[in-house]
Amino acid sequence: MLSKEQLESYWRENRNLMILVLLIWALVSYGAALISGLLNKIVIFGFPLGYYMGSQGSLVVFVLLIIFYAVSMDNTDEKYGVKED
Amino acid sequence: MAGDTFVQRLRKIYAIYTGAFLAFVIILGIGEKLGLPSAYIGYAFMFGTIAVYATIGIISRTGQLAEYYVAGRRVPAIFNGMATAADWMSAASFIGMAGALYLQGYDGLAYIMGWTGGYVLLAVLIAPYLRKFGKYTIPDFLEERYGGKLPRIIGIIAAIITSFTYLTAQVTGVGIITSRFLGLPFEIGVFLGLAGILVCSFLGGMRAVTWTQVAQYIVLIVAYMIPVVAISYKHTGVPIPQIMYGQALQTIEQKQAQLKEDPKEIEVREIWKKKAKEIDEKIKALPASWEQGKKELEQKLASLSPEDPKRAEVEKALKEYPKTPAEAKEKWTNAKKQAEAMSKPPKSYVQTPQKPIDMVNFLALTFCLMVGTAGLPHILMRFYTTPTVREARTSAGWALFFIFLLYFTAPAYAAFARSEVLQNLVGKAFADMPAWVQKWAGVGLVKIQDINGDGIIQFAEIIIQADMVVLATPEIAGLPYVVAGLVAAGGLAAALSTADGLLITISNAISHDLYYKIINPNLSPSTRVKIGKALLLVVALIGAYVASFRLAIIVELVAWAFSLAAASFFPTLVLGIWDKRMNKAGAVAGMVVGLGLTLFYMIGSRFFGLDWFGIKTIASGIFGIPANFLVALIVSRLTPPPPKEIQEFVDNIRYPKGAVKAGAEE
Repeated sequence: MLSKEQLESYWRENRNLMILVLLIWALVSYGAALISGLLNKIVIFGFPLGYYMGSQGSLVVFVLLIIFYAVSMDNTDEKYGVKED
Repeated sequence: MAGDTFVQRLRKIYAIYTGAFLAFVIILGIGEKLGLPSAYIGYAFMFGTIAVYATIGIISRTGQLAEYYVAGRRVPAIFNGMATAADWMSAASFIGMAGALYLQGYDGLAYIMGWTGGYVLLAVLIAPYLRKFGKYTIPDFLEERYGGKLPRIIGIIAAIITSFTYLTAQVTGVGIITSRFLGLPFEIGVFLGLAGILVCSFLGGMRAVTWTQVAQYIVLIVAYMIPVVAISYKHTGVPIPQIMYGQALQTIEQKQAQLKEDPKEIEVREIWKKKAKEIDEKIKALPASWEQGKKELEQKLASLSPEDPKRAEVEKALKEYPKTPAEAKEKWTNAKKQAEAMSKPPKSYVQTPQKPIDMVNFLALTFCLMVGTAGLPHILMRFYTTPTVREARTSAGWALFFIFLLYFTAPAYAAFARSEVLQNLVGKAFADMPAWVQKWAGVGLVKIQDINGDGIIQFAEIIIQADMVVLATPEIAGLPYVVAGLVAAGGLAAALSTADGLLITISNAISHDLYYKIINPNLSPSTRVKIGKALLLVVALIGAYVASFRLAIIVELVAWAFSLAAASFFPTLVLGIWDKRMNKAGAVAGMVVGLGLTLFYMIGSRFFGLDWFGIKTIASGIFGIPANFLVALIVSRLTPPPPKEIQEFVDNIRYPKGAVKAGAEE
């Protein structure tokens, strides 16, 4: 069992991680869509960047975000000695 | 550890399965070379794959409660990821998605981002906590978190509404695929597919469904990749479509810019403009114009002699003629819209929404699809089946990765198909039309007519249905028929796996949530499983019955299901986990207002011309989602906080095992 302070700081870390993940999530999807007209002026390997962010770029970030979240939570669990086996 | 050998055994089984499946495809390919007729190849794919799914269903049959509801809670993360991906990707993802991108360009990306981005919300806000809670269904969570039967009952209603519309669409998809590839009547196709669905879920519940979905994922992803890799090789010389379609995008932009100025294209567009005007006048003259049109056809029929070959044509036109002035109005309005769309030069394929209201609608739709993804009960349920909370987190990552493989490829499909049409179809003589166009024109997926009578195909003379893009790509790439059969098997796997997941969600909502938890709590576990199975049968039959009417509204209803799930479940689940102060009154008020407002705007804007800020019907959830959050927060603060046991319950799902006093797991 963890002490009350430990529980509070565990939850705080978890919440901050959630906010960070969702911030990046919103930036690569909604943020990129809002300025997609500008991004389309940049063309890489034939891909206008605005279109690319919507069709593939944001998806790659989504996958990485979930992996990052899962690994970070594992580390937090270990730090507090409550890692599941 | 025992778990390791279980995972190893699973890996071995599915590796052998994948090898056997590829061998099966190759053998059929050799058979085709030796002269096996294509109808037999189609049958071999349909019955071969359904037989495999049925075998898995029979091997995993069970009468045990935990096996039936949550697959014994021992599905390893990677396999749960594959099962979730198959559960998630329906016939619409497999066949329709690339087509929507082909037709809509950038605007279609709302679906790509929406249906993947939702998993980020699911992974960080909901999935791990649901697994920690560790029961069977979403209404289970609502009752334990908020107390009392009312939250459970609202949950049951929302789960049934969202899942049933979605189920009907999947059953329709099965019917279309089987009838198109086997030449069976639609209704027989539906019942054939239904047998394939039932044999899994009926015998083994969640356990059989899970292991079948893993097998179905393998079939659908292999089927999706082969044609697009081939067409990428054909166009660019490199078999990696996901990277190479940038070239196709450039071709599309150049060709479309030329089409804008082409005098022949302008001529065709002018004819469309005139057509739109004519239809508009007919609509304005309703109902007199409807009567006149009918009379003209009847007179024409009467004037033809019984042997006249033209008779069949007129009879058909009369049969398809709108039955009532109201139907005429709807049909003609659609025809007018199409003519108007065809009369405009094609807009840039990568062009983003220009008007602010279009951008707002794009963002709103993306948001509704994302939040809806994280609120659909049949997906949420899958996170009960992993062994630990940790595996639930990893499993969300795997699920998105497996979904990503397909969605990351869909834009390539669309771009190659469009560049093929622009490069190798437009400008050709009607006499040299490629074989694939003729074949798919026969089933009505392509409509192509020489509108200006110059004998040359203009871009404005081609009307393509969304489904054609994936279905015709094997032929465009010059692949043998065996690949077309494989694509049909993939589409079937996508529809069956989603239908299975939905069926079990609905049957559980009735048997477990309604009957066992509310009406008769004294049932033995084995009776509960039996009732669940009986209901499965009933729900499946009702689903097939409704699907057999082939209502046009069904496709629309599926899009609505996302907004409904987004406005009902998502806020209530998130607040239940992240806001300890949330209580029953707040949750109930939030759900009722969220669901009610969304339904109100949907029906109002679809049928009665309601319009708030120019938001389209499909993004109705954009009002309901914030309303649910807001009402729940306000009402909960005005009423007493939840009792101590419930606050302890929240702690228990928030913290990992061993951090606080442990809660019991059923």
